[in-house]
Amino acid sequence: MIARALTFLWICLSSAVSAQGFAGLGTDADGYALPSAQTALTFPTDHLSHPDFRIEWWYLTANLQGADGREYGVQWTLFRSALAPETGSGWQTPQIWMGHAALTSARTHRFAQKLARGGIGQAGVTAAPFDAFIDDWQMQSQATTGDPLDALILRARGDDFAYDLNMRAQGDLVLQGDQGFSLKSPTGEASYYYSQPFYQVSGTLTLPDGDIAVTGQAWLDHEWSSQPLNEDQDGWDWLSLHFEDGSKMMGFGLRSGSGAHFTSATWVTPVGETTAYGDGALALEPLETARVAGRDLPVRWRVTLPARGIDIVTEPLNPQSWMGTGFPYWEGPIRFSGTHSGSGYLEMTGYD
Amino acid sequence: MNRAAFAALWSHWRRHPVQLATLVAGLALATALWSGVQAINAEARKSYDRAAGVLGQDQLDRLEASGGITVAQYVALRRAGWNVTPMVEGDLPKDNLHILGVDPLTAPPQPALAAFAGDGTALAAFLGNGFLLVSPETAARLDNADLPPLRIAADVPPDTAITDIGVALRLLNTDRLSHLLIARQQPMGLAPLSDITDLRRVTPQDQSSLAQLTESFHLNLTAFGLLSFAVGLFIVQSAIGLAFEQRRATFRTLRALGLGLRRLMTLLALELGAIALVSGIVGIALGYGIAAALLPDVAGTLRGLYGAQITGTLGFDPLWALSALGIALLGVTAAGAQALWRVARMPLLAPAQPRAWAMASGRAIRVQTAAALGLLTISAALVIWGGSLMAGFACLAALLIGAALALPVMLLALLRLARKFARGPLGEWLVADARQQVPALSLALMALLLALSANIGVGTMVGSFRTTFTGWLDQRLASELYITAPTADEADEIRAYLAPRSDAVLPIWSVDITLRGARAQVYGIADHATYRDNWPLLQALPEAWDRLANGTGVLINEQMARRDRLGLGDMLALADGWSEPVLGIYSDYGNPQAQLITGTDALAARYPDTPVLRFAVRVAPARVPGLIADLTDRFALPEGTLRNQSEVKAAAMNVFDQTFVVTGALNVLTLGVAGFAMLTSLLTLSTLRLPQVAPVWALGVAPRQIALAELARTALLAALTWALSIPVGLALAWVLLAVVNVQAFGWRLPMQVFPDGWLWLGLWALIAALLASAWPVWRLVSLPGGQLLRVFANDR
Repeated sequence: MIARALTFLWICLSSAVSAQGFAGLGTDADGYALPSAQTALTFPTDHLSHPDFRIEWWYLTANLQGADGREYGVQWTLFRSALAPETGSGWQTPQIWMGHAALTSARTHRFAQKLARGGIGQAGVTAAPFDAFIDDWQMQSQATTGDPLDALILRARGDDFAYDLNMRAQGDLVLQGDQGFSLKSPTGEASYYYSQPFYQVSGTLTLPDGDIAVTGQAWLDHEWSSQPLNEDQDGWDWLSLHFEDGSKMMGFGLRSGSGAHFTSATWVTPVGETTAYGDGALALEPLETARVAGRDLPVRWRVTLPARGIDIVTEPLNPQSWMGTGFPYWEGPIRFSGTHSGSGYLEMTGYD
Repeated sequence: MNRAAFAALWSHWRRHPVQLATLVAGLALATALWSGVQAINAEARKSYDRAAGVLGQDQLDRLEASGGITVAQYVALRRAGWNVTPMVEGDLPKDNLHILGVDPLTAPPQPALAAFAGDGTALAAFLGNGFLLVSPETAARLDNADLPPLRIAADVPPDTAITDIGVALRLLNTDRLSHLLIARQQPMGLAPLSDITDLRRVTPQDQSSLAQLTESFHLNLTAFGLLSFAVGLFIVQSAIGLAFEQRRATFRTLRALGLGLRRLMTLLALELGAIALVSGIVGIALGYGIAAALLPDVAGTLRGLYGAQITGTLGFDPLWALSALGIALLGVTAAGAQALWRVARMPLLAPAQPRAWAMASGRAIRVQTAAALGLLTISAALVIWGGSLMAGFACLAALLIGAALALPVMLLALLRLARKFARGPLGEWLVADARQQVPALSLALMALLLALSANIGVGTMVGSFRTTFTGWLDQRLASELYITAPTADEADEIRAYLAPRSDAVLPIWSVDITLRGARAQVYGIADHATYRDNWPLLQALPEAWDRLANGTGVLINEQMARRDRLGLGDMLALADGWSEPVLGIYSDYGNPQAQLITGTDALAARYPDTPVLRFAVRVAPARVPGLIADLTDRFALPEGTLRNQSEVKAAAMNVFDQTFVVTGALNVLTLGVAGFAMLTSLLTLSTLRLPQVAPVWALGVAPRQIALAELARTALLAALTWALSIPVGLALAWVLLAVVNVQAFGWRLPMQVFPDGWLWLGLWALIAALLASAWPVWRLVSLPGGQLLRVFANDR
């Protein structure tokens, strides 16, 4: 998701967000490659990084339960940001990497951030086996046959939490938008975007009180672009939903300064058939705000996709799922009910 | 009433402007020297704190390895989850710039990098093409188009550039990291460091180790400042004493007119306070000037001695100015208390005649002599039983004050002796008159004695140091060429290339270890005649060099031997399972750290991974320039890689001379102050001496002859004081070398005397004394005869 884009131009942006869209994502793409609807994605090559594009991320969210039925959410993200469209080597490489990890329960939200540059072996994405890593955090393929992403281990560690998860995909990769070409604005900004939403997860969470065995499901996104946002878009609301019947849905709404919303959704059947919905099909309506990190955030949403007969309301597991990282955002597990029920993840950026 | 009384008192200064000027100048000088030294110290300490505070280097534990850390070692730690950040440090000698390379992505938050906050593109530029973050004063002086662009950040220490680690490695032409800083906060559940790496973990011993290292240097400066202040106070006291003495008639008249004693005292105190205030302000200006002028030299000294980066420009601190004013007031209080007390005890109707100011009785001289003996005894006791730097300085203080107090009685004794040699009535009068004047002049002469002794003492110390140091350098730097290779591979190539082209290629390599809780360097040296013949050993066991070569013992430096009280044959635990006896102790001037030498094989066996990057090359001196040219052509060697012996020696001597520039300057200033004290006292006397001179004039001695006699007497007193200052100065030098130096630096220097220096100093003292007496004498002898006659008409 685009959104997930959060990204990281943290580096170039910090305070100067407003005029250029959130996190500098709306700036010009001079010298960088641009996504094209004509290019077909090829795997496993496209699981790796694309250094000629400005930004890229591998974004995993998991909804988990302990043996006692308690719910948890886990986030693991690796961002790449290029200061120049080249690979480089050694310390002078222009490829900068950032990791975000979080472990959310109903009461607590723990998170950590890592920064590193590529070129010295501290962070990057390698093939054979597929391994996305920064320091000791990693998402590594365990698959011996099929797609490398079919089986993964996932590890991260912060000051007061750690997790170690095994993930097995129960379905195929899902291409978002038009065969992986995902439009982000009426004026044509776009990204390459595909997902693996079918993971079954088992593993261990480590908290200061001890280890917790968990099981659940997870969703992986991989997206890259050079200019995914239009200049007047300043944030987004993004959802990934696991329905109880095994269907999946991805949806987002990009908020622009003029007040207009640009929405997009992808419906995925339990066997992996996808239907993409363009701007306007999906509607996102904030129902209730909570005071989070000194600002009011809509933590309860009404989500409707009339074409599929969907009219649901989402509730956060923990309304305070705030990522107080270099550039801050809200990211946390949710439950939903209404015409359908299930669980998923919500991300909200650009609320100042 | 107040107004009238004050006007009456003040009229004295209007009639004696020179006296007022003397008082103000004396106090201003004293204040200036003292507060100037304080300003220098404060500025230096500020720089240490700034340096230590950068990147929290003073607080965080670090990982080190001799020869540096590879990128692979760093990455291994990160991939094990340890939150460490790499640092690269090094110098660009040509630009006199210390380079500090950091990785902003993993570095802890820090003020020096605060420039990035709110300016996102700055970080991108820092990581991208790169730039140097420097302080404004450094930016102003750097002028090298080959350096990356500069950006200003006020928090960066002077002569230091902070830059991205990639840029730093490129500028320093190395591939090794200097050390890793370990963040305080670490992720949970990490494997222990010792399971992941064999790098050494070092905890910073002190908030600012530089401050500790340089403490003795600043203590020295402070002592000098204090000495100058004391000498300046002599001037002030004599000027105040004279002014009060001359105003006795005024005081009596004012009291007789009904001015209360308390009010008179208050008015006088106010008057002194006003003078102190004015002098203090002049002193602040002067002190600031002195400090600003000396600071570049102090900076050079500290950089040379300790590698400390001090800014060469002085900031103005209002608190410092305030304390300087306080010192001026304190000085006036100390110098004026006696005079005020005397006024307070003055009987209302006492005859208003001058009491031949400060005419000391025989009893006063006896008390003074007893005090002198007591102080000298204390000084001797401190030499024997003292044992700290403070005790060393206390010993110095007792010695100097004791010697000063003993001066009058010594002068009187010498003059008694001189009387036997006096010829003719005029000669006898001259000597007798000199004796009569000793008590009155004693304060000024004491100041002269202090200044001369300090000169001789410090001169002897510096001279001894220089002679010893030069000889030691000749021995230590026996090889003709020194090479530092940027990388281990290049080192191997250079070594192979040099082997057939030189007499010997001797590795210079060292490992940092922690020994008895402190850092120490262990050097491995090859078994070669270069060392056997030249290395200066203070003490050694028989066959020390043979045993060193086969790896069954170590040599240690004098600092370490003194600090840890180690002697020949003592066993020393260097590391786990590595203990060796001390075979010898060598002198190692200028090194603040403990150092050991072992055989190169013994060291290589224990630290096989430490690269040998430095070599000493033995080759006929005539072939050195050719060899340097060959090496430069053949290998792409960065600047500073090749140093020939004479260059190294010159650099070392330069550092040495820098060290004592400040000392020399303060010496001259102190002597100047003493000369000024003479002038003041003689001026005072010239007006009081009419009763002594008038009869001589009346007996028919021509004014010109009287003038010559007066000059001769001053010269005689100065010469005698100079003669007495020699033993005092030598004692001072001995305490400096054998007590203070050992405590401050950990090494002892053999004392050498330089009599030709004393002669020069004597000459200067004479000239100063003659200059100081010229004007008072001229004033005395150019008095109209009528005024001299009036002496007989008046009461005496």
